[in-house]
Amino acid sequence: MNPGTTISISSLLIASSLVAISLLFSYYQKLGLEKETIISVGRAIIQLVLVGYILEYIFGQKNPVFTTGLLMIMTFNAAYNATKRGQNIKRGLLISFVAIAAGTIITLSILLFSGAIHYEPFQIIPIGGMIISNAMVALGLCYRRLSTDFMDKREEVETKLALGADILPASIEILKDSIRTGMLPTIDSAKTLGIVALPGMMTGLILAGVSPIMAIRYQLMVTFMMLSTTAIASFTACFLAYRTFFNQRKQLI
Amino acid sequence: MSLLEMQKVSYQNEKKLILQEISLKVAAGDFISLVGPSGSGKSTILKLCCHLLSPTQGKILFKGKDIKQYNPLDLRRRIAYCAQTPYLFGETVEDNFSFPYLIRKQKIDLARVQTLLSRFNLDGKILKNRVQSLSGGEKQRIALIRTLLFKPEILLLDEVTSALDVANTELVEKEIYTLNQTGMTILWVTHSPEQSRKYANILLSLEQGKIKTREVLK
Repeated sequence: MNPGTTISISSLLIASSLVAISLLFSYYQKLGLEKETIISVGRAIIQLVLVGYILEYIFGQKNPVFTTGLLMIMTFNAAYNATKRGQNIKRGLLISFVAIAAGTIITLSILLFSGAIHYEPFQIIPIGGMIISNAMVALGLCYRRLSTDFMDKREEVETKLALGADILPASIEILKDSIRTGMLPTIDSAKTLGIVALPGMMTGLILAGVSPIMAIRYQLMVTFMMLSTTAIASFTACFLAYRTFFNQRKQLI
Repeated sequence: MSLLEMQKVSYQNEKKLILQEISLKVAAGDFISLVGPSGSGKSTILKLCCHLLSPTQGKILFKGKDIKQYNPLDLRRRIAYCAQTPYLFGETVEDNFSFPYLIRKQKIDLARVQTLLSRFNLDGKILKNRVQSLSGGEKQRIALIRTLLFKPEILLLDEVTSALDVANTELVEKEIYTLNQTGMTILWVTHSPEQSRKYANILLSLEQGKIKTREVLK
């Protein structure tokens, strides 16, 4: 890293005066946001400093079991959050966990195999975090779509069941739409990469002194892994979850 | 032995009791009309017969065996149900006729489709028409043909002529009667008193989830 780009504490303190601008605006325009702004800045400082120290500690742990354990905790948390979007889906937590884990394991394995990253906490944890949170958002969207479609398209599903179709052909259109809904935001953001905004990771690397060409390589890797994880997680979750809308006698619940 | 038998069947959804202790025997070759005011449970009886719903009490026998013992897919292919509002899926009319073949892993039998189209007074060219462009009457006949592609043993019809004009209503009634004459058992829900007596041999009237009267017509 280029040492000239390292941010000093004094520079950071001067930069904090930017918060004052926001406060002045709020005060003179009577927006009533002063208290909120101070609280949010305070929280940002405390949270980030804490996370910084935690990450320092985590990255210092070279034990792969520790890294794996942490990935599992992240996956569980993401699964728990995604499940909230599909509360009528039975065994939602288990389904979400399996789906996110599948997406993460496959994607990380390919990245590791390609040599793009190594099983080191300072690489695995941030990348795992990106993948897992992306999968979580995708699953939330999938579940919402599944739940509304199984309500709105009840007639279509029952018509197909009445014709003697199994539950998969009877609900395949709903499944396709739900998987699509989960994947579209990632595809859309990939389409506009570098045009609408420079992605956060790339900006961070460039600010830290990495050449844009190298930063792009990392960004491309991130884009590929996001696409693969959302696809795997959405597909797995939808195919596991649609069954829960039927009972054992293949009737729509 | 009856072909289909309901033994003290009750059905309740989350909100209310829809059917109360319905007992009904359907013999092979019967043509039964079901009448009754809206909400009396007519459609629910049909959905129970083809196992889209399960009774909350009582049981339903098909050929003497509880329908729970049958594979639901196999059962629904033998006891076919045509719903009140014809739901057409896919993009074209052909998609709707391909579906029953697709789920049986077969290629669409266009000759059979064309025969049925002409019997129900529809032009063969309609296959390529988009579903959205069809009239209510066309949709209703297409949904009916879709149910009839693989001759079921029992045909459950839920007001399948409600969107048809007089001429097409008569045509559909005659076709259904012809199917009955060739051995297909019919359970027909209708609102029309005239239609209910025209070809049926048994007329059942429902009220508030119970069978009010049972009349033998022929």
